[in-house]
Amino acid sequence: MNTAEKQRIQAAFKEKMDYDELMNCTRCGFCLPSCPTYIETGRDEVHSPRGRIALMKGLVDGVIEPSDEVKKSIDMCLGCRACETVCPSGVKFGRLLEQARDAIYQSNKQSLPEKMLRGTFFNHVFPFQNRMIGLTGLLGFYQRSGAQKLARSIGVMKLFPESMQAMEKVLPQVPKKKTMKNRPQHVQPLAKKKKKVAFFTGCLMDTIFMQTNDATIKLLQYAGCEIVIPKTQNCCGALHGHSGEVAKAKEMAKKNIVAFEEAQVDYIITNAGGCGAFLVEYDHLLRDDPEWKERAEAFCRKIKDITAVLVELNFHKQALSMPDQIVTYQDSCHLKNGQKTFMEPRQLLESIDNVTYVEMKDASRCCGSAGIYNIVQSEMSMQILDYKMVQAQQTKAKTIVTANPGCLLQMKLGIEREGLSDQMQAVHIVDFLLEAYENANGIVSSQKEAAAAGMK
Amino acid sequence: MLAKELKAKLQDIVGAENVEDDNASLLAYSYDATARFQAMPDAMVAPRNKTEVAAIVKLCNDHRIPIIARGSGTNLCAGTTPASGGIVLTFKHMNRILEIDEENLTMTVEPGVFTKDIFDTAQEIGLFYPPDPGSMHISQIGGNISENSGGLRGLKYGVTRDYVLGLEVVLPNGEIIRTGGKLAKDVAGYDLTRLFVGSEGTLGVITEAILKLIPQPETKKTMLALYHNLDAAAETVSAIIANRIIPATLEFLDQATVKVVEDFAKIGLPTEAKAVLLIEQDGAPEVVERDAEKIVKLCKENHAFDVQIAKTDEQAEQLMTARRSALSALSRLKPTTILEDATVPRSQIPKMVKAITEIAEKYQVTICTFGHAGDGNLHPTCLTDARNTEEIALVEKAFAEIFEKAVALGGTITGEHGVGMMKLPYLHLKAGEAGIAAMQNIKKALDPNGIMNPGKMLAIAEKEKAGDLQ
Repeated sequence: MNTAEKQRIQAAFKEKMDYDELMNCTRCGFCLPSCPTYIETGRDEVHSPRGRIALMKGLVDGVIEPSDEVKKSIDMCLGCRACETVCPSGVKFGRLLEQARDAIYQSNKQSLPEKMLRGTFFNHVFPFQNRMIGLTGLLGFYQRSGAQKLARSIGVMKLFPESMQAMEKVLPQVPKKKTMKNRPQHVQPLAKKKKKVAFFTGCLMDTIFMQTNDATIKLLQYAGCEIVIPKTQNCCGALHGHSGEVAKAKEMAKKNIVAFEEAQVDYIITNAGGCGAFLVEYDHLLRDDPEWKERAEAFCRKIKDITAVLVELNFHKQALSMPDQIVTYQDSCHLKNGQKTFMEPRQLLESIDNVTYVEMKDASRCCGSAGIYNIVQSEMSMQILDYKMVQAQQTKAKTIVTANPGCLLQMKLGIEREGLSDQMQAVHIVDFLLEAYENANGIVSSQKEAAAAGMK
Repeated sequence: MLAKELKAKLQDIVGAENVEDDNASLLAYSYDATARFQAMPDAMVAPRNKTEVAAIVKLCNDHRIPIIARGSGTNLCAGTTPASGGIVLTFKHMNRILEIDEENLTMTVEPGVFTKDIFDTAQEIGLFYPPDPGSMHISQIGGNISENSGGLRGLKYGVTRDYVLGLEVVLPNGEIIRTGGKLAKDVAGYDLTRLFVGSEGTLGVITEAILKLIPQPETKKTMLALYHNLDAAAETVSAIIANRIIPATLEFLDQATVKVVEDFAKIGLPTEAKAVLLIEQDGAPEVVERDAEKIVKLCKENHAFDVQIAKTDEQAEQLMTARRSALSALSRLKPTTILEDATVPRSQIPKMVKAITEIAEKYQVTICTFGHAGDGNLHPTCLTDARNTEEIALVEKAFAEIFEKAVALGGTITGEHGVGMMKLPYLHLKAGEAGIAAMQNIKKALDPNGIMNPGKMLAIAEKEKAGDLQ
């Protein structure tokens, strides 16, 4: 790190950090046992929440200079926010982390490949659903055309980091481009109408996880919801916000607020913990913008995870059944720590006939997926995943259920890496619930039908 | 900065991966849980065994480099801030429970074991390790021993000191000694075990400890007594003890504290009460039942407007956990919390509580009070802002007066947090000049070069200060 860069970063810290929030940390250390990187580094204070806050404050106070080690500490954070739930002082660590990353990345020269990756994805892909569809369309072409088989047989994937190689194997079959663009915008309930909701489809969820989005809509219909799916919505901006691209995140937040204001609904439903936790903090993101503050607050009040609305509508009291099996649940950090939703998924799973729910040890500890963490911090991510898979296997579960696409891919990756594909599967909770509902009620599986249609 | 040659020698001893001196590491080991104290070390070193500790200590003694042994850095007296630079020793590698002896009821541990793990491991086999400092989930036993940590069970079960039977210590000259043993009785010479317990890392480095375990109490009962004023709660504390009942826990919380704790824990604490007592009794079922009845009666006689009994163990544990979070939770109100732990004989609790209120008013500072009322150990906590220098000056004056009052009532300046740097200016109030001189002589005899955690507990004339470091 050269002098000019150090000066830039230090100035950015002074400008961007919320000093009052930094002061709120009393350094009591209660956060330490909750932090996955503190544990995995063998108790390295540098990689703990308390240490990171001290580093941020040290930079602002001028006690230390920016350095590669300081940057590494901030980069190594998963942003899982487990420390927030155990912090008696109520420090909003997630926000401090965003500010710190903003300060580093808006003023720091990244390595060229990382910069290209970030630039391309953050500015040109995620904000535009069409491009997301285009890009994942390419992935679909790759999978269907035989290129995937070819690539695997000639070993091109060996050129990529180990986690990406495995990731390539576990990516779901992508639906066709035409299917992705043909989403209805208004859906009527399939039971007595109880609520009118809007569905936040999410950029990633509505492309490679489109089947899960379809299942979400179906579940909401069965639960008695009229559903609006605003066409003008876009990516939530979480990946930008968490990676120091705050201006871009704000722009996307405003677009979403407008899109959902028109829908006039009771709730805005998400099925991705990561998106939900970011959406629910739009009021904070836009707090300094008088024109948007109140509109953002109204938006935030309506955000609800699919599992929370299902429990509210007593979906867990309906007939649900699956073939006999043990099931465990991996918390989505942002669903638990950001949206405080963690009882509902368990409640829903426990109510399914023939399912034995076994809680995994440290189920609420991050799985190491964390946005693009498993790509940019591959080594630590895999170390965390290894621990997670040991715990998952202890439960003897056939199915690991998750509530966020990132966690889902990471769990699939874990299963692949451990060579357990023949005895263990990972699914999104809505896919599992829909199957349980249709199974119990003698309905032909809408997922299988859709899958067949999508592949034609 | 560490001289190159010294760094190389340290790396030879512990391996290159166990010596850190980049600026992130130095900052991360520059603080503990004490507000307003911070100082940078020159390196962080993580030894893997006692032989390595001895080699490090010898090297440092030869070169006059300060050594600060640090657990998780949760102490509240600026006990592990590297005031004169030097080397911070951490014990991440020395974190094993070495033995559980069910015949002698002891557990032998390395310094880096978490307090909670000691408690849990004992509990699994029907035994009990009572000391439970507020930070027990993350504090390490080496730190607990060095600070002689207390906790919520001090009243009936005592403190860390009462559960340390023997120690292995690396002396400042690099010699390794063993004190005490798995012995109920041992009068062979000075009681060095007791000397090292609570010595705040100023006399040597603890590398192993034999802890005493006791049978687990059969059952327990936990309750909250609610009051309309502080005095009535304080009077109840004296009344319970005067009636020959020693509860396992007898905690006092004022309204402001209850409110912030509830804000964090959300377990339905009675935020309408002006003062709350958290009381727990354990033991044989018939004893617990009888004591609980008496306690409820005494609370009501002393004007408690309500007494609530925890219905499940879970609920009881929630209450205790909530209480442990009190200090940190108070910082929800103001950026800086400065806490003291002046302690008085139990009978003087009502007088002390009253004095604290008056002193806070006199200096116009906000002081919330909670603490281990049952053992006379209060935690008056001042809510302030370290950036407001004028107010900080008043806070310091208020605390000086609180210390004086505590000592006048037959108490002490610190019951369980230690002296460190924070209370060093007030030690004379309790120990007296001759007392301090006696302590200084002990220090000089064991650590003539003053390398062990210099600047803590005793203001000793520091000799030629760490010349090699510069």
